[in-house]
This record gives sequence, C-alpha cells and structure tokens, in this order.
Amino acid sequence: MGKTGNILLCGVGGQGILLASEITSSALIKAGLDVKKSEVHGMAQRGGSVVAHLRYGEKVYSPLIEPGSADIAVSFELLESLRYLPYYHKGTKVIVNTQKILPAPVSTGLDTYPTDVLEQLNARGLAVFPIDAFDIARSVGETKAVNMVLVGALSVFLSVDEKIFLAVIEERIPEKIRRVNREVFLKGREIIQARQPAKKGGSVQP
Amino acid sequence: MKNKKLHPGIKGTSLLSGNEALALGAFEAGVKVASAYPGTPSTEILENLCAYEGIYTEWAPNEKVALEVALGASFGGVRALATMKHVGLNVAADPLFTAAYTGVRGGLVIVTADDPEMHSSQNEQDNRNYAFAAKVPMLEPSDASEAKEFLKTAYKMSEEFDTPVLLRTTTRVAHVKGMVTAGPKEGPATKAGIEKMPEKFVMLPSNARKRRVELEKRMERLREYAETFPENRIEWGDKKRGFITSGVSYLYVKEAFPDASVLKLGMVHPLPEKMIKKFASEIDELYIVEELDPFIELRVKAMGVSCKGKEVIPAMGELNPWIVRSSITGEKGRAVFEPVQIPMRPPNLCPGCPHRGIFYAISKLGVFVAGDIGCYTLAALKPLSAMDSCVCMGASIGTAFGMEKAIGKESLGKIIAVIGDSTFMHSGITGLIEVVYNRGFTTVVILDNRTTGMTGHQPNPSTGSTLSGEIGSAVDIEALCRAIGVKHVRTVNPHNIEETQKVLKEEIERPEPSVIITKAPCVLLPEMKKRKDKQLYTIISSKCTGCRSCLKLGCPAIEWVPLTAEEAKKLGYKEKQKGYSSINPVLCDGCGQCAPLCKFKAIVGSGEDDGKNG
Repeated sequence: MGKTGNILLCGVGGQGILLASEITSSALIKAGLDVKKSEVHGMAQRGGSVVAHLRYGEKVYSPLIEPGSADIAVSFELLESLRYLPYYHKGTKVIVNTQKILPAPVSTGLDTYPTDVLEQLNARGLAVFPIDAFDIARSVGETKAVNMVLVGALSVFLSVDEKIFLAVIEERIPEKIRRVNREVFLKGREIIQARQPAKKGGSVQP
Repeated sequence: MKNKKLHPGIKGTSLLSGNEALALGAFEAGVKVASAYPGTPSTEILENLCAYEGIYTEWAPNEKVALEVALGASFGGVRALATMKHVGLNVAADPLFTAAYTGVRGGLVIVTADDPEMHSSQNEQDNRNYAFAAKVPMLEPSDASEAKEFLKTAYKMSEEFDTPVLLRTTTRVAHVKGMVTAGPKEGPATKAGIEKMPEKFVMLPSNARKRRVELEKRMERLREYAETFPENRIEWGDKKRGFITSGVSYLYVKEAFPDASVLKLGMVHPLPEKMIKKFASEIDELYIVEELDPFIELRVKAMGVSCKGKEVIPAMGELNPWIVRSSITGEKGRAVFEPVQIPMRPPNLCPGCPHRGIFYAISKLGVFVAGDIGCYTLAALKPLSAMDSCVCMGASIGTAFGMEKAIGKESLGKIIAVIGDSTFMHSGITGLIEVVYNRGFTTVVILDNRTTGMTGHQPNPSTGSTLSGEIGSAVDIEALCRAIGVKHVRTVNPHNIEETQKVLKEEIERPEPSVIITKAPCVLLPEMKKRKDKQLYTIISSKCTGCRSCLKLGCPAIEWVPLTAEEAKKLGYKEKQKGYSSINPVLCDGCGQCAPLCKFKAIVGSGEDDGKNG
C-alpha cells in the first residue's frame, strides 16, 4: 500500500481554514484518493488557534497526523507556522501566509510578537514558501479569499490536475464570489510555482 | 435564522463528517421526529438533518426534554432520534433509565457525542458507562461511514429488541470527515397512531416490576445477538499481539499495528463473551485499546481473560496512533523538532461582543462570580478575569444561592450569578425559582444575546424562531422572572458600561432577589454582521498617554504598540511612555465600549478625530 500523504492546515479561527481543507479534500477525492480530515469546532473557533489535519492515500485509517510526519504545512498566519513545528519533518514544505494577526497576549501588551518567524523556520532547514495572501486577496477586493490563495499555493505540491481544483471551486463556491476565488487560486498557484522548480506531478504523491 | 432547505440530495459517495453522516443515516432510516439541545461535538447532526424533507427536527430547551420528545414520538409509532453531547446525557438520564423499562414502539436511538480531551467541554466523562447503568445496548462507530450504517442498524435493533439504543461518537468521529456512500431509504414496521399499552408504558411499581424482568430477558437475548452481530468482527493477522478495540481507537490500532490481529467491537454493550474468549485464546499478548475508562477491559478481565489495558494505555485524554504504539512498544515518537516558545493564542470574546461590557463592569465590583456555560465563560480568562466558578449548564444560580446560605447576611453584595439566555432556558429557571422560594437575595445577571452563541448560533425559546426557521412566540425573560416572583427585574444595554455598573451596584446591595437582563445581540448574528450603520472607533495617538485602561477590556481590536524611550521621544511622547494603544479598523465592530473608558478622550468615532490621528 502506498504512503499516506499528510497536510496540516493551521491559522486563526475565522480565516476560512475549514473551507480550504474542504476544497483540497474534494480535489483529492476527485483524483481518486481516500481522504480523512480532522478538525475541531466549538470553543476553539473564537479567535483561537485552529488546526485541521488532512490525510490522503489509497486507504486512510487514522484521521490524525503524527508529529514529525506532515508533508505539507499551510499556515494561514505568520506566527502559527511555528506553533505546530513538532508536526514538521526535515522535508516538510511550509507555506506561510505572512499576514500577522495579533494574539490576545500580544495585543494587550503582555507578550511580544516574534520578529524572526521565517528565520526560525529557515534555520531548521525547512523548505519555506512565504506568500502575502492577504495582499493578494485585497487586490481583488475580497479579503475573505485569503484561504483560496493558499489553496492555490498548496495545489502546487499535490499531484492533482489544476483542472480538478478549478472544477471543485466551480461546484463549491457560490456564484457571486466564484470569479475572484478562481482568480486568487490561480495567483497563489502561480507565485509558488515560480519558486518551485517545475516537477511533474508535484512531490508528495503517496 | 435558517430557512428550511430542500432535501440536500446527497447521492453516491461524498466527504461527510460523522455528524453529517448521522443526519443522512437518520434520513435513510426513515426517522420522523428528531430533537436535540446543541452541544459540541453533537450540534451539526440536527443542523444537517433539518435540511431533509419529511422529518420534524427541533431544538428542545434541554436534553431531558429532547429525549422525552423522542420517546413520545416512539410511543406514537415512528422512528425517533435524540442527540446530545456527553454531559447532555446527564440531563437526559432520568428518561433514559426508565425508557429502558418501557421499551419502544417506533425505533428510538439516542446519540451521545463524547469529548475526550475536552476540546469544548467541562469534563471528559465516558458515556459507555450509561449503557451499562441503564441496561441499554450501545453501538460505537469508528468513522463517518460506519456512523451512518450503525445508526440504521440501531433502529432495526431498537424495534427488534424493544429497547432504546445508544450510539456513541467522540469528537474524532463526529468532526472527522470521511467517504460516505448514500444508501436506500428504510422505515419502521410500525405505523404512526395512538396505541394504548399501559402495562408497557405506565411505570407504576406493579408494571415496572414486570418490565424489570423483561429488561433482563432482553439483555440476555442481546448478549447472544452480540456473538453474531456482523459489526463485532475479528480481523486475523499476526497472533503474537492482538487487540480488542472499538470506535476511533480501532483506527489508531490499525495505523500503529497494521499487521496485528484485531477484534473490532461495533457494539460495546453488551459484549460478545464467547467471541472475546475465542479471540483471546489464540493471541499471545492481548491488549485492550480504548479511550478514557477501562470499560471493555474490566469486563474482559471479569470473564477471566488475561489482558493488558490501562496499565499501559492512558485513561485520560484522546488517544492517537503514536500514543498507542509507544505505550505498547516503548518506541519513541517521530517528532524531529521541539516546540518553540511563542505567544499563546487562546480563544477570546469577539470584538464588539456584548458580554465584554457586562463582565468588565462586573470585574470592577470585586464580587464572587458564579458563572455558567457559554461563550461568556471566556470572561474567566485574562484580562477580564471575571468568573470564579463554572460547573455545568444552569449551575450558576444554585451555586451562588448555596454560597449565600453558607456565608449568610455578610455575603450580601459579594456574590453574583451570571447565565446566558439559552442556558437560562435550559436549566436556569429552576435555580431562580429556588432563590425566590427559599428567600434568597441572589442577584442574577441574564446575558440575553438573542442566540446560543458558542455552539454556532442556534435559536432558543427566548429567540422566538425555531430550528427550521419558523417564527414562533418568544419567551419573555423579563415577564418570566416576574412570574417566578422576582420583584426587581431590570434590563440594561451592556455596551453602556457606566449605566450597567450603576444598575449592578444598586441590585447587588438589595436584600431581595433581583435579575438584571443585559440585552444586546451577538455580533456574529447575520443581521448584526450586515448592519451598515456601524460607527467604528479610532485612537488619537497624540492624546494616548499609554495608561493601558482600554486594554483591560481585552478587546482583540485594541492593540498595544510598545515603544523604546527613543521612539517615544521621536513621536513626541514623554520619554518614559512605554507605548500607546491603537484600534485595528479591520477588527473594530463599533460597539463603543472602549471610548468612555479613556480618561484622556483619546478614543473617538472614526472621522471625529479631525485628522489628528497620526
């Protein structure tokens, strides 16, 4: 049996992480894979740190990613990319939205926001892909589309055809905001592709 | 408010959460009546089920009522469902234990969604114990696909054995999405209608004693049924190490030990003794892997079967594949990187939340705050630190009253009970009756934000709309409190902190019961999100002295900008000023709570700063 692929998505409640993981899951399913996706609802969503685990392959048992096993991490917020560090391994591809959302202890002056987040990731030899998803979303006039920029970025590392992702966006996103979501998806994809030496089929194929 | 959608038309195979799958399962099983009180991780079952045509779904005021409604529907001859979180079953335990005696007409299933690890709960009780205590069979699915199939099986079992059936999920079944295939629609053998069966349904002692005997006979038949129940199955593999497991733990065992032999239990009560003994006899080293209590383990040991369980597998919190693997083999985890010290990101009340105003006002009183369950429990966290106890749904009023009786007159003005509107409807009303009836002087604050916030904005009896979006009559909280006998009932706007503080001070000193209703809608309600007349606020930075008064609100929109002495000087501040506050316009919701708190009048409505903000 092939290896199970592990994608960890993290960020702050309200950033659309669950929808992003939903779109990605649907694309993987359309590509013929088994998917399990774990998330937590309820209290954690009130501005707290949020994480979703997405596992895919021929047959997936556990819905949870083991520490040291995430193949791809997508952090929807800068600081959060460090919080789940124990889930990364040396080859983890870390996509980081450079947007900052201050956690309560920082905004109330009890703690300070680290200034060297990307440096800390780089210092560990991780493949880091920073992207200003908020700016891209704002440029099309839909700041809520941050999540779709990041799905675009993530899609580069999956051996799922771009057309499949676009078909899922067509199915899942309401018509009113479909065009901008499609646009930012492609933008996010393009930016990461430019930084990733073109490799056919991506590199996290189970 | 939700409008009744048409049947979602789930066909073929799709990615569904356990809760979505249970809704589909209820539809396919031909359920006609479903009742629940929202609670994580069970809420989405009814939220999804209400979109299917031909099923009556509702939010009940609490879980006890939900189960009674479902039981009544079963008496009426249809298939019925009650869903709740684990602690909800404590509330519904009374009807559960006797429903085991009456049995059913139409199939009756109760879904209990347990929350190991307490992601969104106050305790992590293991509700498998209820199955044993109430003498009711319990099924335990491992994933979404099984959740749907097991629910359909549960209805057949319920009717065949004339018993309510418990179906237990946990957070990692309820909220994990997996592939689910839609199936055919079924229905009960019974027809809706009145059928009088007093010997079965009237639990007078003389009838109950007869039903008690039936109950034991039924359990005996169920024990035999368990031996051939297809969802209790052995997956033979390497026989050196074998596992007995159920629920999500099964998936963890398969992930950690893919080659081992596994006895997977789809039914955890009653257990198939012969099957277990047969399995055990062929295994060298037998482990029981289960989350929380040694429920299976104790029963397997009582069968005289030697096995290992909680001496290696933790009895607290969730399991996962690496805990299972390392507990048994001693193998180290695969983590490469150590966690790093970074600022915490705890959940927080939203910007513009009306609860922030009332709890800020309360925090200035220095009183003991007997709290309750809801978003507002977050007021216990810094910087508000305005809650001193929180136990279970509705406990605030009773505990405040009990403290008052313990301490006596000296406690006047020193204790306050705080409870949300939905929680008050759930089980706070009886607490208030207690205060009036037994001559207390408790002050109760009812936080009326027009919804059930924490679980995702479900309407409740005081909201006036129903799960299916119909507009009904809303319970008038003020009139209700007066009818109970509270003479002093006042309604305040919690965004007006000054006024709220004044009313609070007056009422806590009153040697009679009093109620303060804080009335302001949750900012996440669609009508609040859509409002266009929002007046946002800003801080004239030149006026900010860095006193940090505004930060005591703990509003996520107010951000502290630290300064070095040099920076302070450069910006024209006194050298010793450590920083200044600013309002993030993206986060500000325009509640205006902060403006009056600034003694220096630095906080003003956006556009009123005359361009002085710099």
